[in-house]
Amino acid sequence: MNRINQKLQEDKKLLSIYFSAGYPNLNDTVSIIQDLEKNGVDMIEIGLPFSDPLADGPTIQESSTKALSNGMTTEILFDQLKGIRQNVTIPLIIMGYFNPILQYGVEKFCKTCKVIGIDGLIIPDLPIDVYNEQYRSIFEAYGLINIFLITPQTSIKRIQFIDSISNGFIYMVSSAGVTGSSSGFREKQTTYFKRIADMKLKNPQIVGFGISNNETFTQATAYTKGAIIGSAFIKHLTKEGINSISNFTNSILN
Amino acid sequence: MGYNINEKGYYGEFGGAYIPEMLYPNIEELQLNYLQIMAEPSFKAEFDQLLKDYVGRPSPLYFAKRLSKKYNTKIYLKREDLNHTGAHKINNTIGQILMAQRLGKTRIIAETGAGQHGVATATVCALMNMKCIIYMGEIDIARQAPNVARMKMLGAEVRPALSGSRTLKDATNEAIRDWINNPVDTHYIIGSVVGPHPYPDMVARFQAVISEEIQWQLKNKEGTTKPNYVIACVGGGSNAAGAFYHYLEDINVNLIAVEAAGKGINSGKSAATSVLGREGIIHGSKTLLMQTNDGQITEPYSISAGLDYPGVGPMHAHLYTSGRAEFISITDDEAMTAGLELSQLEGIIPAIETSHSLAIFNHKQFKTDDIIVINLSGRGDKDLQNYIDYFKI
Repeated sequence: MNRINQKLQEDKKLLSIYFSAGYPNLNDTVSIIQDLEKNGVDMIEIGLPFSDPLADGPTIQESSTKALSNGMTTEILFDQLKGIRQNVTIPLIIMGYFNPILQYGVEKFCKTCKVIGIDGLIIPDLPIDVYNEQYRSIFEAYGLINIFLITPQTSIKRIQFIDSISNGFIYMVSSAGVTGSSSGFREKQTTYFKRIADMKLKNPQIVGFGISNNETFTQATAYTKGAIIGSAFIKHLTKEGINSISNFTNSILN
Repeated sequence: MGYNINEKGYYGEFGGAYIPEMLYPNIEELQLNYLQIMAEPSFKAEFDQLLKDYVGRPSPLYFAKRLSKKYNTKIYLKREDLNHTGAHKINNTIGQILMAQRLGKTRIIAETGAGQHGVATATVCALMNMKCIIYMGEIDIARQAPNVARMKMLGAEVRPALSGSRTLKDATNEAIRDWINNPVDTHYIIGSVVGPHPYPDMVARFQAVISEEIQWQLKNKEGTTKPNYVIACVGGGSNAAGAFYHYLEDINVNLIAVEAAGKGINSGKSAATSVLGREGIIHGSKTLLMQTNDGQITEPYSISAGLDYPGVGPMHAHLYTSGRAEFISITDDEAMTAGLELSQLEGIIPAIETSHSLAIFNHKQFKTDDIIVINLSGRGDKDLQNYIDYFKI
């Protein structure tokens, strides 16, 4: 069974952390992953940096730009991740925009992911119809779960469709906006989380965008399986460096 | 129909809508409605009337006698430079503001590089009393001050794009992010035949008035609707898409797209996407774009701020790879010389973008009886300082 599916069966709210690979320094990738696991994080999204990240706010944009100027490439990221499965057991997902994956070669990319032990991919700008027609069979051949997003604007019909083609979890974007743009949830978000929970979808939902502390983590997971934190963690790395990751995870989980 | 868009939003293998889910409802709304709205008699009537009374269409098809004599062929200039706001850009913004109204939107966003599309958008927003926000790269704001002032005078808010290379591609990213943040009340007026489907097709259709007029104007002057050549410059490609539109499927009409070679194709400072680009995804569209081996989008260069886009519209990517259109690259120096030449032979100072297409006569020999239509996409007022600096006038 894929590590993502296994993890989703655990009887707890899941904390997933996103960071941009190659930030703050080119070779921090492995030690950040190991530290996150050590400090109780359930799942990690490794950001493949891109020059033009359309769905991201300033924090992730800047970390992505810095990672690229540090010299990060798809090739280098894969080199860094070789051997990661010797001591990391939690699910690892690569999150990136489609163009760098397309240039690397979709099949070669998926194959390398399998060899390394990557469990899933999140590619925000790969449309579902293109995925189904051209790439689904490749992803499945290499045991990769493709995670799809829904937003407060997504129609009920489309949510049901996305649920029907998903295997793993649904990435629930908390509010209309790019990453890192909201601070705190209001009634509107809670109503939306509850509305989706009431749909009794086949796949559990994990909330992303706008989660930055224990309060928002608790609110986001009241009706869902877990939450994803990106910008807030990157801000922590910017301020505190990579040696105090436990302070960050403690502030979310306690 | 080999060269126009198919029902899935592709030109050959190029196009589509490679967008994050957050934009799906907005793009779907447009995809489902744009053709129907454009076909409504009341929409067409309002569009046509504004083009006539407000923009000043039809723009003349002018026989350039002295230029023709010099190059020993028959050259017509399609005078888009005489449109209100000085370029073809307003054909599209008029169309899209009417589209936005029909869709019930109250807030308009747009990106701009040199400021021409920003001015054309701010203009129609003033006309229709819509809130207008223009994203412009911080670097472009500094080098295009007169257009920034125009936009502000027209009531628009100009927001600097501070990310990435702080030019057109980043202004486009910021506009897309704004749309993600404001999915309900906002319409994004893209300025060229780029972006996710249906934008390339919608913009091409609004610009198609150019080739529609060329057909009947040429018929009156030459007794035929068909020139031997239609020539236009290509950055994103909207003026070329408009000039080519009604000739796409008529292979007896040769199409020539002129790109900016900048300081030379191999100089590392160029914007010739067809030569230097590879297939990939930019701003929601699969097309040809300039990028590193690793798939990071690179920054193009041209002396003309309207041609330095790292991609090209999917229609043009298809015209290039299928061989339907010939692509020629013109350097900064060749373009500037051609701009000066047109000024002194015909009394028309062209935009530097347009000057690139005028430089073709030193690259390609035409027959004496060939009929050539060049789309004179914009006037040179905005570029006066560049011309002055370049020629030390």
